Amino acid sequence: MSTVAKELPTTGSPTLQVRRPGRGTKGTALLVGPPIAFLALILALWYLVSALLGRLSFLLPAPHRIFTEGFFDARVAGDIGNAIVQTLLVSLAGLAVAIVIGVVWAVAMSQARAIERTLYPYAVILQCIPILALVPLIGFWFGQEFFARMIVSVLIALFPMVSNTLFGLQGVERSQRELFKLQGASRWTVLTKLQLPAALPAMFAGMRISAGLAVVGAIVGDFFFRRGTPGIGSLISNYTARLQGPQLFAAILAAALLGVAIFALFGWLTKAAVGKWYEPATN
Amino acid sequence: MTLSTPTRSPAAPPTGTALLDFRDVAMQFPNGTIALSGVDLTVERGEFVTVVGPSGCGKSTLLRIASGLEKASAGTASVATSRIGYVFQDATLLPWRDVESNVELLAELNGRSKKDRAAKAADAIELVGLTGFEKHLPKQLSGGMRMRTSLARSLTLDPELFLFDEPFGALDEITRERLNDELIRLFAEQQFGGLFITHSVSEAVYLSTKVVVMSGRPGRIVDVFEVPFDMPRDPDVRYTGEFAELVGKVSHALREGHS
Ligand SMILES: Nc1ncnc2c1ncn2[C@@H]1O[C@H](COP(=O)(O)OP(=O)(O)OP(=O)(O)O)[C@@H](O)[C@H]1O
Ligand SMILES: [Mg+2]
Repeated sequence: MSTVAKELPTTGSPTLQVRRPGRGTKGTALLVGPPIAFLALILALWYLVSALLGRLSFLLPAPHRIFTEGFFDARVAGDIGNAIVQTLLVSLAGLAVAIVIGVVWAVAMSQARAIERTLYPYAVILQCIPILALVPLIGFWFGQEFFARMIVSVLIALFPMVSNTLFGLQGVERSQRELFKLQGASRWTVLTKLQLPAALPAMFAGMRISAGLAVVGAIVGDFFFRRGTPGIGSLISNYTARLQGPQLFAAILAAALLGVAIFALFGWLTKAAVGKWYEPATN
Repeated sequence: MTLSTPTRSPAAPPTGTALLDFRDVAMQFPNGTIALSGVDLTVERGEFVTVVGPSGCGKSTLLRIASGLEKASAGTASVATSRIGYVFQDATLLPWRDVESNVELLAELNGRSKKDRAAKAADAIELVGLTGFEKHLPKQLSGGMRMRTSLARSLTLDPELFLFDEPFGALDEITRERLNDELIRLFAEQQFGGLFITHSVSEAVYLSTKVVVMSGRPGRIVDVFEVPFDMPRDPDVRYTGEFAELVGKVSHALREGHS
């Protein structure tokens, strides 16, 4: 997006300056000011409730304790760091598998109506069934470690990849297809030189959603499967069981940051991959 | 219908050198829609034929049959060349490719060597006046420049038969006139056979050697006008009385065919 301030047409009084927030220093203040004020309000309330809780304050430890007893404690920080790395590995593995399966699945469906009719219902079923109901079965089959957690992550992350890729592959304009058809292009050529590149923006949009879901899947897997290196989900349940409030909040905050980081990473990847040429239709 | 216009061509039998020869072509789609009926049309080398007709009368269908995208349901539609250029209503550029590689696309699909197609593309880009914009992406181009890119892309095929489906319909008047002049220059240079569809009667008369008027659906040819002005055309011909008169006649035929 352009960072150049747009001159708005001034109608009537030439001294009337219309300014949009988000442009210039004053605009930046307007943009980040309110959320920060809101955060301050939340923190104040937090401190208040925490103080009122007295001996029960482990339920809601004062914000600074998340750091003093959480992140700044070498052992806790080490545990959280290791767990986050483990969860990140599971999520990335799950996401990678979901991307591969999702793209292959969607490409297969895009090649023939019959294949689409045969396979699409399963994509919908995958979306409809509560994956959580399957999780114990996954542990039953695949054990309680990395592999089982990755499967949970794949199952939860798969659908957006399938549906977005299919949407992108089928969204190619008719005239563009015909341009290829007129030159007698093969299916493979149409797929690789037209459909897949055209589908990239949709695929990246799907990837962004799937990435977030893959993290959710990895954490869900942690809750159920307790063998092997613990992930952030295992750590969260441990801290909860031991009533370690500050540590629990630190772990939750770390999980949240992981989600945000992954989302931002894929936002950036999208921009890097298709931002140069892609023009969203709502322009 | 006025059949007494002096410029109307007699129903001459095709000479046999026609690039495109439609005889009694009809088109009924599987859903029952009849888009064309009894169409006789020829396009010879060095002829630029424009088709005008009301919306939905089957003009695009005519081009689609000529290009082989669609098969006529009756009659014979013969095309004597495989070098067919097809310019769509929108530029149909691939947004992830820059101008140069968009222009190279067709040669690439035809399996030409890298060097060969780069040379072809450079020539075509120069012909349409886009030199200097080779590395621009479609989103950085104006509508007129996109259309030029699309033209250049077709030019790389060295088409003998050039089909245009309302290519300049979405452009502003000034850009459209400029592109008309460029098209005339290209036509004069390359002497392809042209079949051009438009909604604008003055564009039709200005561009072509022959204007074909179609009726509303199912599309039939109701009138044919030979255009007497010299090629390459003098832009000022648009402001002459004869030009205005011919535009009037074509418009009149169009209105009569419509009702
Ligand atoms: N594949 C198809 N199946 C059924 N009907 C079709 C098909 N393609 C076109 N038609 C119909 O045939 C008629 C002629 O269509 P065509 O696109 O050739 O018209 P046109 O003269 O190019 O119109 P316009 O000036 O609006 O571009 C229309 O009524 C259209 O709805
Ligand atoms: Mg049309």
